[in-house]
Amino acid sequence: MFKITKKQKLGPEMVLMEINAPQVTKHVQPGQFIILRVNEKGERIPLTVADFDSEKRRVTIVFQKVGKTTYLLGSIPEGGSILDVTGPLGTPSEISKFGTVVCVGGGVGVAPIYPIVKKLKSEGNEVISIIGYRSKNYVFWEEKIKNVSDKLLIATNDGTYGEKGFVTDILIKLLESNIKIDRVITIGPAIMMKAVSDITKLKKIKTIASLNALMVCGMGMCGTCRLTIGGETKLSCSDGPEFDAHLVDFNELMERLNVYKEEEKYAFEKWKTEAKI
Amino acid sequence: MSIIKEQIPMKEQLPQERKKNFYEVPLGYTKEEAILEATRCLQCPTHPCIDGCPVHIDIPGFIKAIKEDNLSLSIEIMHDTNLLPAITGRVCPQEEQCQVVCVMGKVGDPVAIGKLERYIADWELENRSRGNINIPKKKESKNKKIAIVGSGPAGLTCAVNLIKMGYEVTIFEGFHELGGVLTYGIPEFRLPKKIVKEEIEFLNKLGVKFNLDFPIGRSETISDLFKDGYSAVFIGTGAGAPQFMHIPGENLGGIYSANEYLTRVNLMKAYKFPDYDTPIKVGKRVAVIGGGNVAMDSARTALRLGAEHVFLIYRRSRTEMPAREEEIIHAEEEGIEFMLLTNPIRYIGNENGLVKQVECIKMKLGEEDASGRRRPIPIESSEFLIDIEQAIVAIGTTPNPIISKTTQDLKTGRHGEILVDENGQTSVKGAFAGGDIVTGAATVITAMGAGGLAASSINRYLSGELK
Ligand SMILES: Cc1cc2nc3c(=O)[nH]c(=O)nc-3n(C[C@H](O)[C@H](O)[C@H](O)COP(=O)(O)OP(=O)(O)OC[C@H]3O[C@@H](n4cnc5c(N)ncnc54)[C@H](O)[C@@H]3O)c2cc1C
Ligand SMILES: Cc1cc2nc3c(=O)[nH]c(=O)nc-3n(C[C@H](O)[C@H](O)[C@H](O)COP(=O)(O)OP(=O)(O)OC[C@H]3O[C@@H](n4cnc5c(N)ncnc54)[C@H](O)[C@@H]3O)c2cc1C
Repeated sequence: MFKITKKQKLGPEMVLMEINAPQVTKHVQPGQFIILRVNEKGERIPLTVADFDSEKRRVTIVFQKVGKTTYLLGSIPEGGSILDVTGPLGTPSEISKFGTVVCVGGGVGVAPIYPIVKKLKSEGNEVISIIGYRSKNYVFWEEKIKNVSDKLLIATNDGTYGEKGFVTDILIKLLESNIKIDRVITIGPAIMMKAVSDITKLKKIKTIASLNALMVCGMGMCGTCRLTIGGETKLSCSDGPEFDAHLVDFNELMERLNVYKEEEKYAFEKWKTEAKI
Repeated sequence: MSIIKEQIPMKEQLPQERKKNFYEVPLGYTKEEAILEATRCLQCPTHPCIDGCPVHIDIPGFIKAIKEDNLSLSIEIMHDTNLLPAITGRVCPQEEQCQVVCVMGKVGDPVAIGKLERYIADWELENRSRGNINIPKKKESKNKKIAIVGSGPAGLTCAVNLIKMGYEVTIFEGFHELGGVLTYGIPEFRLPKKIVKEEIEFLNKLGVKFNLDFPIGRSETISDLFKDGYSAVFIGTGAGAPQFMHIPGENLGGIYSANEYLTRVNLMKAYKFPDYDTPIKVGKRVAVIGGGNVAMDSARTALRLGAEHVFLIYRRSRTEMPAREEEIIHAEEEGIEFMLLTNPIRYIGNENGLVKQVECIKMKLGEEDASGRRRPIPIESSEFLIDIEQAIVAIGTTPNPIISKTTQDLKTGRHGEILVDENGQTSVKGAFAGGDIVTGAATVITAMGAGGLAASSINRYLSGELK
């Protein structure tokens, strides 16, 4: 059992949890994730490590409640516990001194971009962070990201905070300003990462995307998360989750994310009725 | 007394019933049946069966004890060389090992060694459930810790042997459950999970410690284990990485690796969705690619989940199928539709990215290849389409690379298998390996044999006999 040492609401449907997970913190690095299983009947779901405290041996996850498992997880109070936590999984982000790096995080993707920004900065990069949310009340971790970035730009879809529009609108403007950008890193919904990738491809700027394919084992054993990267089949759990965005078949990723749509909906509706939500 | 030429059959669930449930298919021998079958053993002095067995079970010995109705002696003889007989009795390919060389086989059916093995093991499990559990005495504590990585048959066997010698043993398992393929691969109807759990409970009673959710190479590395005070490490991480054919359309929705399919069903209990949360697609028409045990298990699982047609697509003929004969027969009886000498060449999807057809080509057999089997050759212009809603690719697995990628100086072979010497020792001092991670996908009994060998090598290594 893994104890939830802290729980915090970050916005509508957005929850932060700090979990006591000693076997994860020894080697965890930015870009890696954990897989957790809430209870005996639960599924295994991947969540990125958004922050960690190696001394207290705790990891922070930030998740958006979108279906049965994330709602169930969100219903556990601080002090409660989770049956299984495995990790750290995945290949850590490749981080060295690249020069100027733009980090683009959207929605829940803002959380996992944080440890990457932090490490990029500590390696001596100039880091420009672009973060985007649906609306003002969804904004979280603005200060936290700002503190480790050289520059922070914010967008909300409805313009209630920061610039009106998408992160990609800000990215386009930034690219037009003709500063030299050595690398772009993006985490967020697949459709957003695809948009970012399409833009940087034209400018030939190396871009890394952290892919959120469906997973079961997380250790390279089942092949659930396989994707076509540059014409080759790769496992996002062990070869990734970060890949060269310009080689990713985003349409395939999006189609594969939808394979269980009906089952997910059914399970969620059933749970809502039973839990009387 | 005249010799009974035919094997005493074991009762089974009827095909029409069993294909709708996940209960075990063969139901076990009664005492009378077991004794009768045991009398068929000639007790021949040459005992080729013992040599045919990868772990050299004293087969005539345990069978004689059954015949004399001395079951505690029988299980004792069994446990000398094989600690998991309830498992091997059910899944060993006896027809290629002990039974193929049985002298009785020259005049009639070979003795049903596997069925008798299962009988004696089930008798003991039942005794255990009544509280009559015989915990073997441990030797005096050696005050040395050993780490076992992976809890499949190789790891479990290595662990039992070492703890009996007086070592402190901790198993590290990446998944949330123990047992390796026995738990997440082989389905309930062939190997009830209750049996695997009981065998693991036995290890627990012996004092083996378990660390679940603990992938080595990620949570800790092999060198961390040595730093943490483990004197030796055994790596039994299996051949868990799925292979694909790399043909067009293979990443469409509804196409599974057998590992994914079976893991969802066996480990995550997707067959109980939505009571359990992990979903699985239930197709009316399912194609399974391959001809081994894994393919049979996938095909029969698909049937039990509700498929109306399960096509088993295999590129060679029935004779070359690597699956156990019993599984092939069971699959045929249950109505799996074998499409032999056929190979898929591409998948076709619908507008939502879900598979709707597989295109296949007919094959013929040519010359023998390196494996001694005749090489399949495509027949020109013989392509045809099959409508399917799902496909399960069961064409083999390769060793999982997580440990070799994260362990310096660990030598591996061409397919990523860990290289060991005749004692199971790897190129890293104090690290031993065995089972599928060394041989590539093989069998439960060879993995157990390798785990046992490594245990005695570790003992020799720690007592200074082995450098
Ligand atoms: C490596 C990795 C890291 C991840 N990190 C995070 C994280 O830090 N925070 C977070 O909130 N989520 C993260 N995810 C996604 C998270 O795993 C899913 O949101 C979760 O599994 C949904 O489970 P559910 O049962 O609540 O919803 P489901 O019932 O499974 O799904 C509900 C809805 O969410 C969509 N959905 C399901 N899975 C995903 C997915 N993997 N990506 C995008 N949409 C999905 C479905 O299409 C559906 O519309 C990550 C995924 C991966 C692969
Ligand atoms: C579907 C199926 C049916 C089969 N049927 C038969 C049969 O009928 N008869 C037969 O004899 N054989 C059969 N086999 C083959 C047999 O199961 C294997 O040969 C045997 O299980 C190998 O044992 P092992 O201990 O080497 O590895 P495994 O059983 O594969 O166990 C390895 C364990 O290590 C864990 N692991 C992997 N990496 C790590 C890591 N980095 N850290 C910690 N833990 C890790 C895995 O999660 C797993 O639990 C079948 C295999 C499959 C898949």
